[in-house]
Order: sequence, then C-alpha cells, then structure tokens
Amino acid sequence: MQHIRAHVLVCAGTGCKSAGSKEVELAFQREIKAQGLADEVMVVETGCHGFCEYGPLVIVYPEGTFYSRVTAEDVPEIVESHLLKGRMVERLLYHEPMTHEMIPKYSDINFYKKQHRLVLAHCGTINPEQIEEYIAVGGYEGLGKALTLMTPEEVVEEVKKSGLRGRGGGGFPTGLKWSFAKQSVNDKKYVICNADEGDPGAFMDRSVLEGDPHKILEGMAICGYAIGADEGYIYVRAEYPLAIKRLRVAIEQAEAMGFLGENIFSSGFNFQIHIKEGAGAFVCGEETALMASIEGKRGMPRPRPPFPAVSGLWGKPTNINNVETFANVPQIIVNGADWYCQFGTEKSKGTKVFALTGKINNTGLAEVPMGITMREIIYDIGGGINNGKKFKAVQIGGPSGGCLPEELLDLPIDYDSLTAVGAMMGSGGLVVMDEDTCMVDVAKFFLNFTQSESCGKCTPCREGTKRMLEILTRITEGQGREGDIELLENMAKNIKETALCGLGQTAPNPVLSTLKYFRNEYEAHIKEKRCPAGVCEKMAVYTITDKCKGCGLCAKTCPVKAISGTLKQQHVIDQAICIKCGACMSVCPFKAITKG
Amino acid sequence: MKTLEDLKALREKLKGDIKVRQKQGTKIIIGMGTCCIAAGAREVMSAVLDELAVRKLNDVQVQQTGCIGMCEKEVLLDVIRPDEPRITYGNVKPADVKRIIADHVVNGRIIEDLVVGKIEQEG
Amino acid sequence: MDMVTLTINGQTVKAKKTSTVLEAARAAGIYIPTLCYHPELSHEGACRLCVVEASGARTLVASCVYPVAEGMIVETNTPKVREARKLVVELLLANHPKDCLSCQKSMDCELQTIAAELGVRKIRFAGGEMKAHTIDAGNPSLVRDQEKCILCGRCIRACSEIQGMDVYSFAGRGFHTIVSTAFEQGLEKVACTYCGQCASVCPTAAIVEKDDTDKAWAALADKTKHVVVQTAPSVRVALGEELGIPVGEIVTGKMVAALRRLGFDKVFDTNFSADLTIMEEGHEFIDRLTNGGVLPMITSCSPGWVNMIELKYPELLPHLSTAKSPQQMFGAVAKTYYAERAGIDAKDIVSVSIMPCTAKKAEAVRPEMNSSGYQDVDIVLTTRELGRMIREFGLDFASLPEEDFDSPLGKSTGASVIFGTTGGVMEAALRTVADVVTGQNLQQIEYKAVRGMETVREATLKIGDSEVKVAVVHTLKAAKAMMERVKKGETEYKFIEVMACPGGCIGGGGQPVPVDADVRRARRDALFTCDEACSLRKSHENPEIIELYSTWLGKPLGEKAHHLLHTKYNQQKRN
Repeated sequence: MQHIRAHVLVCAGTGCKSAGSKEVELAFQREIKAQGLADEVMVVETGCHGFCEYGPLVIVYPEGTFYSRVTAEDVPEIVESHLLKGRMVERLLYHEPMTHEMIPKYSDINFYKKQHRLVLAHCGTINPEQIEEYIAVGGYEGLGKALTLMTPEEVVEEVKKSGLRGRGGGGFPTGLKWSFAKQSVNDKKYVICNADEGDPGAFMDRSVLEGDPHKILEGMAICGYAIGADEGYIYVRAEYPLAIKRLRVAIEQAEAMGFLGENIFSSGFNFQIHIKEGAGAFVCGEETALMASIEGKRGMPRPRPPFPAVSGLWGKPTNINNVETFANVPQIIVNGADWYCQFGTEKSKGTKVFALTGKINNTGLAEVPMGITMREIIYDIGGGINNGKKFKAVQIGGPSGGCLPEELLDLPIDYDSLTAVGAMMGSGGLVVMDEDTCMVDVAKFFLNFTQSESCGKCTPCREGTKRMLEILTRITEGQGREGDIELLENMAKNIKETALCGLGQTAPNPVLSTLKYFRNEYEAHIKEKRCPAGVCEKMAVYTITDKCKGCGLCAKTCPVKAISGTLKQQHVIDQAICIKCGACMSVCPFKAITKG
Repeated sequence: MKTLEDLKALREKLKGDIKVRQKQGTKIIIGMGTCCIAAGAREVMSAVLDELAVRKLNDVQVQQTGCIGMCEKEVLLDVIRPDEPRITYGNVKPADVKRIIADHVVNGRIIEDLVVGKIEQEG
Repeated sequence: MDMVTLTINGQTVKAKKTSTVLEAARAAGIYIPTLCYHPELSHEGACRLCVVEASGARTLVASCVYPVAEGMIVETNTPKVREARKLVVELLLANHPKDCLSCQKSMDCELQTIAAELGVRKIRFAGGEMKAHTIDAGNPSLVRDQEKCILCGRCIRACSEIQGMDVYSFAGRGFHTIVSTAFEQGLEKVACTYCGQCASVCPTAAIVEKDDTDKAWAALADKTKHVVVQTAPSVRVALGEELGIPVGEIVTGKMVAALRRLGFDKVFDTNFSADLTIMEEGHEFIDRLTNGGVLPMITSCSPGWVNMIELKYPELLPHLSTAKSPQQMFGAVAKTYYAERAGIDAKDIVSVSIMPCTAKKAEAVRPEMNSSGYQDVDIVLTTRELGRMIREFGLDFASLPEEDFDSPLGKSTGASVIFGTTGGVMEAALRTVADVVTGQNLQQIEYKAVRGMETVREATLKIGDSEVKVAVVHTLKAAKAMMERVKKGETEYKFIEVMACPGGCIGGGGQPVPVDADVRRARRDALFTCDEACSLRKSHENPEIIELYSTWLGKPLGEKAHHLLHTKYNQQKRN
C-alpha cells in the first residue's frame, strides 16, 4: 500500500471528451505507470469544470495547477516535469484573455474567482461515478438530516424560507410548489426531475448530471420525503448519453448503499428513481408535455389547471423541478435556509448557473450569485468580446427570453429585473452578440426555433409564429413592407395572450425585445432596404472600390458573370445580375470589394 | 444506510481520500530538482509515502517543489502543520523519514538537529 | 352539489364547482364561439377561439377548459377578447383553402360560420405558405383532405374516446403538424372501420363522406335504368334536420315524396328488409339456442362493427349472425324477387340506399355481396347526401305532401323501425323469437329492459319457460370491452346486439351534423313514436314478408334464404 500524494483530475464532461480528454486520461495512466508513479499519483475522471472553451482541462492536486487545452502529446511533459520534478509546465497554463497574465492556480483564474459555486461545487472536483467521493464531500447528509431530524412539514418550510425559485424558467417559488403537492391527498405521488434541457446553448443541467449526479438523486429524495412521494422520474434527453450513463451508475450505487430503496435511514421512507429518456422535443421541457411523454403519449402540453400538484403524472399529484433546482436542495437542508439566504437578492436567492456562449472569450458555465450584473458576467468572467469587437446585445433566457442592449449591462440579474426589461431568466443561456450581429436575423433565428419546435396544438403558436417568421424572413430579404413592425407587434401581443403553454406565450419575446431595443435596425431593413450589420445576404450590395487593380480574378470567379471591366482597370458589379454570393469578395487579393 | 451517524462515520473514513484536493491538513514538501533527485530525493519521497501509508495518514499532503538553491543541504524536506511555521529539514535521508513523521507530522515536535530553516508565514 | 357563484359579463351566474367557464356561460345563455370544443369529447383548449378574460389569470384563458371559481369575474366580449379571437380565425383561414363556395361542407362548416360571425374581413398573411397534402380517397366511405384540416383534434378524440380505435394522432411539429394515420397511410390500410364518427365531428370538410350523389344523378337520368331506392329506419327521423326542420321530427312521408320527385322509379323501405332480417336472424338464434350453436350470437347489421370484429377479433367471427344486414337483404331481394315480379331484368335495376352510415358504402362493395348475380346494392347515399340532393333539386321539403312507400318491398312493422336505435334490433328480435318459441301471439311487445343510452346494457328475459341473458352494446369502444369479456368466457349472454355508433344508427356517421346526446335522444324518441304508431309491431306479422316467404322464398333459413340472405365473414388484415 502506498500514500497517494497527487491527484490528476481529467475533465470527462461532454465538451472536454469531444475535445479528446479520454486520450489525455489514457496518456496520463500510461506515463504515470512508465515513470513508476502509479502507486503515488491517482488519475481521476471528473465531470465538467465549466470552462469548456479551454478544454480538455487537467487539474493537478495538491497544488491545484490548472492546465488548459491539454493534448495527449503534452502528457509526458506534465508527468515528467510536474509530477516527477515538481515544476509546472508553464506553456500549458491558462492566460487571462484581457491581460495575458499567466495564472497557474485553478482558484486564481478570473473565470472561477468571480463565481460562487454552490450547485457546481463538486463538478470537476469529484469522480461522479464513485459515490464514496460524493459522501466524502458531505453527500447525502441533507437526506439523512431531513429523514432523521426533520418532519416533511419542516423540510417544506425550510425550502420555502430559503427563497429558492425554480431554475428551469419561470422562477416559481420551489417551497410553495412543494407545499401544493404535499397538500394533495393521494396514496401515490410522484417527483419528476426535468432534465430535458433544450434551450440552444444551455448545458448547465447536463454538466450537473454528468459531474455530480448524486446531488440530483439526493434532492429528489428529499422532495419525495417532503411531499409524500415514493417514486421519482428523471426525464433526460436521449442526446445526453453520458449523463444517462452516470445517472444509472449513481442510482445503482445509491440503491446499493441504501440512499434509495426501502426504509431509507431507518425512517420508513421509501423512494425509487427511474430514468426516462426523452426524444429531445423542446416542448417536452414544458411540464405537462413532459408528463405526457413519460406516459408514452405525444409530448403536447395540456391546459392548466389542473396543475401537476393536483393531477400530474398518470393523474397523480406530482412535483416537477428542474435539475438545477434539485441541486440546490441538499445544501439548503444541510446548512439551513438562513445560510442560503445570504446569497442573492431580496427576491431571488442563491446562485444561478449561466451558460456563456456566442462572441465571448470564455465560453462555458459560470455560477454566480443572483444580483450580479451582466457586465460582470460578460467581462469579468467571460473575458469580454472576441477579437476586440464591440458588444451589441446579449440574449438571455433562450428562445423564450429577450435581447438586452448595452444600456442594460449594469442591470443586476434576477428573475424580476429580467422580466421587467422584456427578457427572462429561463434556464440561464447567455448568448453574447457583437457588432456584426443583425438583430432582425437574431429574432428570426429564435422564432424559427420555436416555430419548428411548436407542438402544433394551439393555433396562435402553430400558425401565428409561422406568420411572424414569414414577416421577419421577408424583412431580412429586403421585402419588408410598411406596417410590418406594427403587424409583428400586434401578433406578438395576441400570441402572448392566447397561446396554450409557456412555449407559445413566450415565443414572441425575442421579437418584442429586439423591436424594443433595436427598432432602428428593423426600420433600416424595411425603409432603406439595408442591413446595418451587413448580415442579411439578400440585402447585401457588393461594390468594387478604387483599390481594384483590375486583375480580373473576381470576374473570372463570379458564377453569374455579374462583374465586368478591362484588365488593370477598376471593375464594376452589375447589381441586377449579382446574386450576393460573396465569392468575388473572398477571392479579391486587394480587399477591394466591400459589402454593405 | 441506517442512521445519520453511520453516514457521518463513513464520511470521516472517506474524507482523507480526497484531501489532496482540499487545502487542509499538514503538508510535506520535497525539493525535486534534478540536483535533489541526484541527492536521493526520490528515495526520500518513497519513504515518506510508505510511512504515511503505514500510518494511514491519508490527510497529509505531499507536494513537490523545484530546486531552491540550497543544493549542498539536499535532500530538502519541508513540513507545514496547520497554523504553524514552515520547517525546512536538510540532508534528509530515507532513514530520517520515520522520525520526521512520527515526531513532527504526528506529534508536532520539531526535530531540531535536522532543521535548516524556519519560515513564520506560509506564502 | 357544490355550487359557486361567479360574474360573467356583469351577470351573476351560479355553476357547478366542477364546470368550466364555457359551460357556466352557455348555461346562462351567454354565447362563446368554439372550434376544438365538442361537448361529448374531452376538452383540449387547443384552438384558443373560446378565450375570455378571467379575474386572476395572467393571460386570456380558454373558457372550454378553465374551471370556474367562487367570485370569479369573467368578460367574454371585450375588444381585447374579440381581437384575439379574430386573429385566431384569421390565422386558420390563412392556412385554409379558399374554395368555400364549392366546398362539400359549404354552409355546414363551423369555420365558415365563425369567420362570418366574427366579421373577419381581411387576411393579412396572404401569400404565406399553406399546407399541401394529397387527398386520401382510397376507400369507399370517407375522404380526408388535410388541407382543410384546422387541427382541432376532434377526429382524433372521437376515434379514440368514443370508438377506441385510435386511427388518428397528431404527427409532425410546428406549422407542419398534421392529423395522421399510422405512417400517413390511407384509411383502407389502417384499422379504420369507416364508421364516420370522425366525419361527423369534423368542423370543416377535412373529413367527409365520399360523395356519391353524382352517381345517383347519373342513374336517375339514365332512361334505360330502373332505379329503386331503400331508406334506412333512422333516416326518416334525421333527414329533416338537413332541410330546416326541427330535430326529432318524423319526415317519412315527405321523404318518400321527395324521392319520387327526384325521379326514383320505386321508393321502397329498408324497414321491409329489417323485418326480413329479424325473420332470418331470429330463427338463426333459435336454431343456435336449441341445436348447440355458437353462443352468444352477436348481431351483424352494423357494418362498422363488422369491420371492427374482422379487424380486431377474427377469432370471434363464429359468434356473428350470418344474416345479412337489412341493406344487403334488400339489395339481394330487389334484384331477384322484385325483378321477377316486376318483370325487369336485374341488370337494368340500379339499387340505391339512403343510409345513416358511411360504412354502408363499404359494405355494399364487399365482393361477396352479389348473390343476385350483380352487385346487390349499387349506390349508397348518406342522409347528408340525400339532403344535398333535395336542396340541389330545389324542392321545398317542408311543403311536400306525405306519401307512402311502394309495394312489394315497402311495408314494414314497428319492430323494423326501431332498428335505428341501440337496443332496437334486440327488441325486434325478441318480439319474434318469443312468439316463435312459445308458439303464441304474445301480448308483450315492448322490451323496455333493453332500451336506454348506456353504452352497455344487459337484461335477463323470460322466453317461454327459459330465461335468456342478453346484452346491448353501442360504440366500438364498448364493443371492444365486451369482446374482451366474451373472449375470456366471462359472459353468460346468449345474444348480444352491437352497434358501432353512439346511440346506434340515429348517431351514425352519415347523419346530419351537429349531433350530440340531446339530438340523438330526440331521434330515438321519434323512432319509438313510429313504432307505437304501427298497427303491426312484430316482424313476422308483416304481410309482405309473409307473402315473400310463402310465394317465393320458402322457410326462414331455407336453401334460398341461405343463398340470398346469409353471408360469411373473413379476417381483415391491414397494417
């Protein structure tokens, strides 16, 4: 037997895996053995660290040295230099994008320094496939405490007092939701974990499931105890195979150790959890559609009331929360509501995990206290905009959310402030857009998403979003008409009022928020037939400037022979023939062709 | 799982296994520059790890560092107990390891004859 | 009963605690337009036409699914509500063919009516994409035109909740959502019984009966053809609805007059052959009962039901009475017995039937239905189609005189007319069976124990000295449940009547729309009135039937009867 002096944590989240982390892990195993360190250095596969932009990530403890973008070829050097001789491999250390400063330690990186990781606390620091590691960091103590020291009423009260609100979209108070399901009298009740993460760009739920699956099981079991349910379902999209695998392993281990099953903690409480794989329909994130899907029916929402707390899965009282919500529960029980309330704002307690994507330097997952400003997230954690471009907007809340302009960057983010400005928390997807983004095009993108994901049941969503999309499409193609803006606004207002479910009711939000903050862009498209960002291809006008040396390459390349001119003289493009393909611009050796 | 106490006991048992990833407990730092290795640092390291294993001191962190320039006193080994000064031992031989761990790491008694330096505050 | 008080449009309304805002409003005489709502189906809240403002709700709410609450304040007619409803209709119209003027459902279309009511004058989305589908017309009974579908889902619910057949479901997403059969196959390739309940709940012309009126017009115009028509029992109590006459009125005489004016050479009655069916089926039952035949015997006059058992329970086919349905017995007799008596070559006879049923169209073209040597029934028209023909011909139906059926296939008894309602075939059979078994002319005529509207009813009856347990079932969903019991041998029934449609033929898929429980009850009551008005109320007392047997057919179940009036059934294998 040997003392393990160092742990090499290799991220095995989906992002890092696709970047080659499995090969890195195998290389470490091989090299460590070759150097005779197998007895004293352990390689640990972990869940996602959130800093996916820089994956594959490797962290070496006890120093906490953070290596980014590690390839299998880098591994012999790390083993020889760091693990054998105690010298960090500087070239693989992380450099801050704004300051270019080298940061060796995990905890000193700005991306992490500004975060407050409660939900993600163990993601990337424990092996998700070993229940022992979860227990070592305090796992299942929340369940133990609830079951042995608290009544179900006390559990519900504690969650109520914590101010926890649903992290999946609407932000409904979790404790209140639990109390509804608790009040329903029935000998059978269900707990459902909504892991049908579908917002474009959002992946926090996947990361938690992959990195800390036991936390979800524990949260669900506590909920089951609180509301009087003995069975739970995790509805997880089939596109998350790794999450499903780790959940299965976790359930098996939890059952083997008696955290799930019968008479847990000798309390008489029984709880079992099933996994239900969803086929990835966006609308199945809506709770009534999700339940229909579990029941084997087509995933279509039904009107509420009755609410699931009264009549849910198979007509039984059911409580549904999403992954991140459940992940907050164990620590609320262990540390108490008062402890939890220190994080966040008056009406939005705790932290929120955001998925940073788009034109930002540090894409990845960031968990921050509620009330932090968008500016802090984008610049301090996200490392600012790519390639030194100017910030234009941030889309928050997925397809149901809205686009916020620069003026609102200092807005403290919580549920209510976001709703007030026409966006919503949603599941926490943040898509950052720079000056090269056309906001009409963005609205079109999101509406296209909701239209193609609409379940087709109610008229406003099925037909209305289609017509709105057609109007947006024609605007981006230079066919916008006088009155289109007003028509869009009128339809958006009515669809919000009349659609059956949350998907339809919020579908117009991206259009409304871009109309609110970027109306001039719509007007430019319609009145001047011009896309200010130069994105809308069909409206682009390619012109050859006097930088032209008359080489003739563009004329040769043009597929429709729209370019004419004599050699060594400035060429011209016949706009009537041009099909805006942009081929000329990309071949011009003198950058003489402009698009506007 | 029968009781909360069972769980807590289990946690205590398992905690050490991941101590390496947390900033608690006693640290042993061994200089591992090329010169140090030539002076026998690997052997000292092995002895440390063996002794920690034998004594099941799985919450003691073992770190390495590069050459710090005191090559004539190698092998160099530092012990930092929580809230205590950093003690540097010089000319450490594998045979000294048992004593360092038994007296200093476990019982907090500094072995004066091996000490080459003392730093009050860990940076 | 727990009641709540709410305010709708300023009016104080009391409603059951469990009712929806729509139900409360309608009970108070406040109209709210609907499309996906159907009183007999589950409520989906899908079309969003019935939205109203309700206190406490964040947005407008669909009144068809929104429960009432004590003190709730509802506004059903604010500018906001009307604007929202208008947009819903405008959106539906934007994706709907604009051929209303030439549409089969014109003037009978809920979408058209609502668009007119709401005053939708402009469709702002002209030029947008429209759904494009081919028409499903590969079966004899129903035509599905997806382009006219507004996705209200009523057909899906009717087929599933009433009939238990689940032929339809939603498929696809967003704008491309459709109501689909399995793999979008034609109805003839899936387990469809052609009962037509989908067509009868469809608010537009997305599912309609296959229109055979052109064939009928052509036959009537052909001077070389002798065109005879038979009218099913339930048509005479429903046809009026197509022609502006109140629900539940008996229009037998006017119907006969209208058919004559349309040019039919002979107007006969399916009631006649219903009596004939009782003769055969009644004797078949006695035979099975006394000679150890397969029991329970199950009726076979509902073709939707026959399709169902052939599709789903082929192992139970020996239970089906081999007696043909009245339509087919009529067809066989018309082209043989009648042809001989009238001295007309059967090849020159065109036999038309007026039926409450879309499945009858498919029954007529079954290959074995040619015992006359020709297709026994040539053209099957539904009640709705006859209504259209009468309108097209320009007849003022209400002022037509009452006329009588022609002979020799026109006389009937009260037993035959109740074939049109659930329990009627059973009751008619019992009237004859009891007399035959006892050898007496019993005083008992009415068997009220088998009457009613519950989907499954059972009764134990004394016939002669023995007690006979019987059951009456209507709707295919109830029939399925009954067949499961029969299959497991859980029943002691000797005789089961099954009708595919709710209420029997009065609720058939070819009857006038809209139809609901009240309408069906009115039609049924009218049938019982017809029965009571008859001087003869037992099939075996029908003089034309007696004459048919004595002069031509011989005995019930005899050789000629076996050849002409009985059939066999085969398993139907579809995907």
